[in-house]
Amino acid sequence: MASLWPFISQMNPDASTIAAGAPIEVDLTPIASGQDIKVFWRGKPIYIMNRTKKQVDEARSVQVSSLPDPATDQSRVKEGHDQWLVVIGICTHLGCIPIAHEGNYDGFFCPCHGSQYDSSGRIRQGPAPANLPIPPYQFVSDTKIQIG
Amino acid sequence: MSGPSDFQPTNPVIKWIERRLPIFGLVHSSFVAYPTPRNLNYWWTFGAILSMMLGLQILTGIILAMHYTPNADLAFRSVELLVRDVNYGWLLRNMHAAGASMFFLAVYIHMFRGLYYGSYKEPREVLWILGVIIYLLMMATGFMGYVLPWGQMSFWGATVITNLFSAIPYVGDSIVTLLWGGYSVGNPTLNRFFSLHYLLPFLIAGVVVLHIWALHVAGQNNPAGVEAKTEKDTVAFTPYATIKDLFGVSCFLIFYAWFIFYMPNYLGDADNYIPANPGVTPQHIVPEWYYLPFYAILRSIPNKLAGVIAMFSAIIVLAFLPWLDSAKTRSSKYRPLAKQFFWIFVVVCVLLGYLGAQPPEGIYVIAGRILTVCYFAYFLILLPLLSRIETPRPVPNSIADDVLAKYGKKVASIAVAFVVAGGLVAGSAQNARADEQETPPSQSWSFSGPFGKYDRGSLQRGLKIYKEVCSNCHSLSYIAFRNLADAGGPGYSVAQAAAFASDYKIKDGPNDAGDMFDRPGRPADYFPSPFPNEQAARAANGGGLPPDLSLITKARSYERGFPKFIFDFFTQFQEQGPNYVSAILQGYEKKPADVTLPEGTYYNKYFPGHAIKMPQPLTNGQVTFDDGSPATLPQYAHDIATFLMWAAEPQMEARKHLGLQVFVFLIIFAGLMYFTKKKVWADAH
Repeated sequence: MASLWPFISQMNPDASTIAAGAPIEVDLTPIASGQDIKVFWRGKPIYIMNRTKKQVDEARSVQVSSLPDPATDQSRVKEGHDQWLVVIGICTHLGCIPIAHEGNYDGFFCPCHGSQYDSSGRIRQGPAPANLPIPPYQFVSDTKIQIG
Repeated sequence: MSGPSDFQPTNPVIKWIERRLPIFGLVHSSFVAYPTPRNLNYWWTFGAILSMMLGLQILTGIILAMHYTPNADLAFRSVELLVRDVNYGWLLRNMHAAGASMFFLAVYIHMFRGLYYGSYKEPREVLWILGVIIYLLMMATGFMGYVLPWGQMSFWGATVITNLFSAIPYVGDSIVTLLWGGYSVGNPTLNRFFSLHYLLPFLIAGVVVLHIWALHVAGQNNPAGVEAKTEKDTVAFTPYATIKDLFGVSCFLIFYAWFIFYMPNYLGDADNYIPANPGVTPQHIVPEWYYLPFYAILRSIPNKLAGVIAMFSAIIVLAFLPWLDSAKTRSSKYRPLAKQFFWIFVVVCVLLGYLGAQPPEGIYVIAGRILTVCYFAYFLILLPLLSRIETPRPVPNSIADDVLAKYGKKVASIAVAFVVAGGLVAGSAQNARADEQETPPSQSWSFSGPFGKYDRGSLQRGLKIYKEVCSNCHSLSYIAFRNLADAGGPGYSVAQAAAFASDYKIKDGPNDAGDMFDRPGRPADYFPSPFPNEQAARAANGGGLPPDLSLITKARSYERGFPKFIFDFFTQFQEQGPNYVSAILQGYEKKPADVTLPEGTYYNKYFPGHAIKMPQPLTNGQVTFDDGSPATLPQYAHDIATFLMWAAEPQMEARKHLGLQVFVFLIIFAGLMYFTKKKVWADAH
């Protein structure tokens, strides 16, 4: 009954864990074109990639309906900041961290079971069922994003 | 559990299981159809109460273990953060701590019941001895549990009790080193106490199973002490005993809830809110109230080894009771002499408990010795003597006859006796404070009482005083900036708390160059300490260490004296800490002519010993308030004490609020149980 709730609720994240998971701000200026960095938020690795024009064009020229998990590149970036890709670096198969700038699609390659993602973080081949997830984020200025 | 059960299930699934593992039949014959004497009184509900308490302690304990860290450097903080941050963490901690006291209270009542009604006599000797084993396991569990928060009393209690074993000749010191895992009580000790504290309750549960098994072989004793002979003497356990147990349990829960929600620190010691310091022994080391009688016996004997032997013997002697008291009449109801000496024995135990909390000086020592002799004389001289010379009154022919006779007036007076006795012992646990101290005046606080709330304005003014004055020397390391926006606190918004945080410089790093750097504070950061480490703090303060203020209002207390501590239990007085803090701040006076102060100290009326290293921190006009409150010392003292009470217990309003809901529920529930019990028993009397 209701008296059981405290015993169950105590297992939820406590106030300090929630506070430690507050949004973070990341400065984009040190990331040159073609480079990427990895930051941690809520214990998860997040890739922030400054894509070259070639990578953006490659991502946009793919026929969306042929993708295992169809999604346009435009839907996975913020309007006006098309070269910036922000994805959670956890493979949607069984949770390893994919390696950036690897694989046939100049995207991500997961060494555990061979899943390959493209330069928009979308799954192209391999056992992973879904695209790399996008965390909640927004641009607070042209050179700074807030994740969370 | 004697012979095959008469349980005949009709449900096919139950029949299938029953044929392969007759567990339903076992439950049926043990707790449903089980013949129970029909004349049992409410002292017999404590078995069920104890089973419930064991289950609750195990449940809350396992949950607490999900958040507790058993390492000497981290344990104290992990308990505080558990209480502050984990959802309902304060509730779980209070349940477990108060639960231990309730567990012992129930077990003492259970044992005294056994003593009075002769429940240890043939054929229940093994049942009784299993109970003694459970009691010993409980004492070990309780002792180790108290060490885990790693406060001053945890550490020094562990040191004193483990040192007991050094009294053993030749191997004593080796045994103590083995127990410690080191050259003194330290991290290895804490770690192994945690492991054993987790283990022992399951051993207790196993012995409880044996205890109930042994009980069911012999059947329960009853107030007349006459065994059940015919079916007229007994009723089925369910629903008759079940409903009576439920009613007893609900009344007990009300008493338990009083401590959980309104008096969580009444039975504890303020010193345990000070982190363990191996270099400083508290002035009065006191165990928890349930060990006090044995502590008194230990201290009564001037010889170290003899004292230890006496203390353990005081418990072991219980196991021999069936042979020490060989009187044929079981129940003291029919033994006029034994009955009187029983009550004298109860008073002896209570007085021993009171003495256990007093400093071992003067008349307390003499009284302790006399009472120790009385305690042992009761078992070793009196009971054997009475079984030979006493002429008992005639017992009833059967339980059925006993039910038809008149009884009942004794119950109320016994209950009163226990309440007073309990109050004396509980209050005496608080008497071990410094005795020559000037008592701080009692002030009125907005947060006192069952409906108390923090005054938001006072909290905000207190925060300002802390920030402008106290934080120069005192840290507040358990409060994070985000707490300023929590419910039940100073009432800032999340944005205001973030802005407040950003005013502070927090050390962070190392950066990619390997250097530490400063950055603006964030809501998740804790208030920074004014000094980088203890040595720097001492160097800046003439060798004294300004204590962290997060828990100061729970870590300071003073003796309330008799009979105040009895009224305190009913008025929920828990405000010794704020009274003390407020008094210290206003207690600086000109040193009297006949007093010499050590170099570098100041005279303070309320500080124990009167010589305080802190110069007067607050004077009139030092801090100005935006809300127009007077800039006077009494105002500062009141506001900073209120703020520090919140810092020590940010969840107080939630605690009292939930307490009210729980009390309303429990009172209604107890009422329902009572009327159901009356209905069920209507045809049985």
